[in-house]
Amino acid sequence: MEEFVLETNNLGISFGGLKAAQNVNLKIKKNEIYGLIGPNGAGKTTIFNLLTGVYQPTEGTFCLCGEELKGLPQDKINHKGIARTFQNIRLFNNMSVVRNVMVGLANQPEYRCNLFESIFRLPRHFKVEKEMRARAKELLDIFGLLEDRNALACNLPYGKQRKLEIARALATNPKLLLLDEPAAGMNPHETEDLMNTIRLIRDKFDMTVLLIEHDLKFVSGLCDRITVLNFGTVLTEGTAQEALNHPDVIKAYIGN
Amino acid sequence: MNFVKKYLTYAIIGALAILFGALSIAGVLTPSYQYLFEKISISVILAVSLGLVVGFLGELSLGHAAFMCVGAYLGGKISQLIVEGLGLGDSNFLVFILALVIGAVSAGVCGFVIGLPALRLKGDYLAIVTLAFGEIVRVIFTNAKVFGGAQGMPTPRFDRKYLFVIGFLLVLATIAVIQNLLKSKHGRAITAIRDNEIAAKATGINVTKYKLVVFALSSAFAGVAGVLYSYSNFNIQPAKFGYNYSIEILVMVVLGGMGKINGSIIAATLITFLNTKLPLVLTGELAVLQNLFYALILILLVIYNNAPALKGFREKYNFKNLINLIFKPKHDPAKVRDDAARWDVVPTKISMDEVISTDVIIDNYGDNSADIGERGGNK
Repeated sequence: MEEFVLETNNLGISFGGLKAAQNVNLKIKKNEIYGLIGPNGAGKTTIFNLLTGVYQPTEGTFCLCGEELKGLPQDKINHKGIARTFQNIRLFNNMSVVRNVMVGLANQPEYRCNLFESIFRLPRHFKVEKEMRARAKELLDIFGLLEDRNALACNLPYGKQRKLEIARALATNPKLLLLDEPAAGMNPHETEDLMNTIRLIRDKFDMTVLLIEHDLKFVSGLCDRITVLNFGTVLTEGTAQEALNHPDVIKAYIGN
Repeated sequence: MNFVKKYLTYAIIGALAILFGALSIAGVLTPSYQYLFEKISISVILAVSLGLVVGFLGELSLGHAAFMCVGAYLGGKISQLIVEGLGLGDSNFLVFILALVIGAVSAGVCGFVIGLPALRLKGDYLAIVTLAFGEIVRVIFTNAKVFGGAQGMPTPRFDRKYLFVIGFLLVLATIAVIQNLLKSKHGRAITAIRDNEIAAKATGINVTKYKLVVFALSSAFAGVAGVLYSYSNFNIQPAKFGYNYSIEILVMVVLGGMGKINGSIIAATLITFLNTKLPLVLTGELAVLQNLFYALILILLVIYNNAPALKGFREKYNFKNLINLIFKPKHDPAKVRDDAARWDVVPTKISMDEVISTDVIIDNYGDNSADIGERGGNK
């Protein structure tokens, strides 16, 4: 049997009587760029919130590389290997760019350093700090943010803020990267740039990416396979061409 | 020079401790000044430790005096029992150290226990819970016969000549621990929680753990301040630790600037000085003006810190520039683009023309104007 990076089984959540998502079955292979699209209110971000532990699913389960993750708190899910970005950018605004990335690095086992070691400045603290800073600079270099590393995150232009958020997510060393509308609010040039960045991430970090996006050109140009959602249920799935030409999808987007 | 700047705070406090310590031993320093310095060191420890919660973790706590109260009573009581039981002198250093440890641990445990349920709450709600906790502690100590009730509890006294020097050393220890904590990966996690809790969780930070650690640590230092307080007074009374005192500590933190340790130190010193000196200066009929002056000074300071019209003045005559004037930086900070470089010289507002022109140049399609038209059309 083929091993999937992410596998959801009838995943769903209802808020009272409202079924925000139901019977969602995603099977994402390694190194895939997978798209999740659908009209507004279709439940795309809800699924992200389920996968990252913001909401607990009321039905179904999900597994990362065969390991059941349902019921874990958000930080534990991140440790297991799911990292995400947000629809409206959530950076640590009053911290410098390099420190934003270093926050992401902090939980990796090779940078372990307990409170006691930090407060009393034992040698491990200095070693870990030095290594983390070097690693953070490497990551920033890949995203072309090295020049801005000492700027406050809130002073970066929009496109760079998006990139920084992705860099921070990657710093947690995930197996699966969730991107929530990465191209929202970008001009065509920035979108193009972002597509290249995401491809670069997949190749360089051996990453699997699940992304939500409204820009269909972006999705069809980038994603290997997509799933279309509407009213919390899966309309169809397949390659971008197959899914976007499906009659149900056209109906959902532009009516009869 | 960077080395000097990094440890300037420690150096100043250390130098003051040595200077005044020497004066005190020589008998030049009057007891009233010794008492003032004790009060200042207590305030600084309280302000810096509360600043950790308010300025760096971003949670509002109005019960800091209660943790101090726990430390003062438990530390004071146990050392009193030991001193009486073994017939030791009041100024026994080992007993004092023991009292400090007991005060810190008991207050820290209290902070941890209160933090468990309370830190699920946010903002105003947490503030109200901590306020209520402060009142509970005060009422318990007012009614506990063991601790002398409302009349207060007699405490051992340390020789006034040396106590404030120990106080200064405790201030140094507090600043060192909190500074080291903040300038580590744990400190980054704490400020990350302040900046964006949702993103912090998604980045793998155990928010509950860090909140508890910060709350417990901050309470432990309040306990240390409490022990210092109990040693600097004959008698401690629960009425002292009411919410007014908690608010006063909060004022020090806010006045010093959120998330600024040096600011908290200066503000705590200034407010304690004012509180002690105003009643001496304004006596007789003028005594009614004490609170008025205190309030006026606070208002003026807050306006000075925040008024947009004074921004230029503040930037020209601030503490940082003063230090730069004394220790001239070798390089022009604007030219250095290393880790220590100033980020604020990087232009943050780029004019629209520049954005458009770079956009077009990068695309590099030949005729720029035609290209823009075409792309606009396709969209």
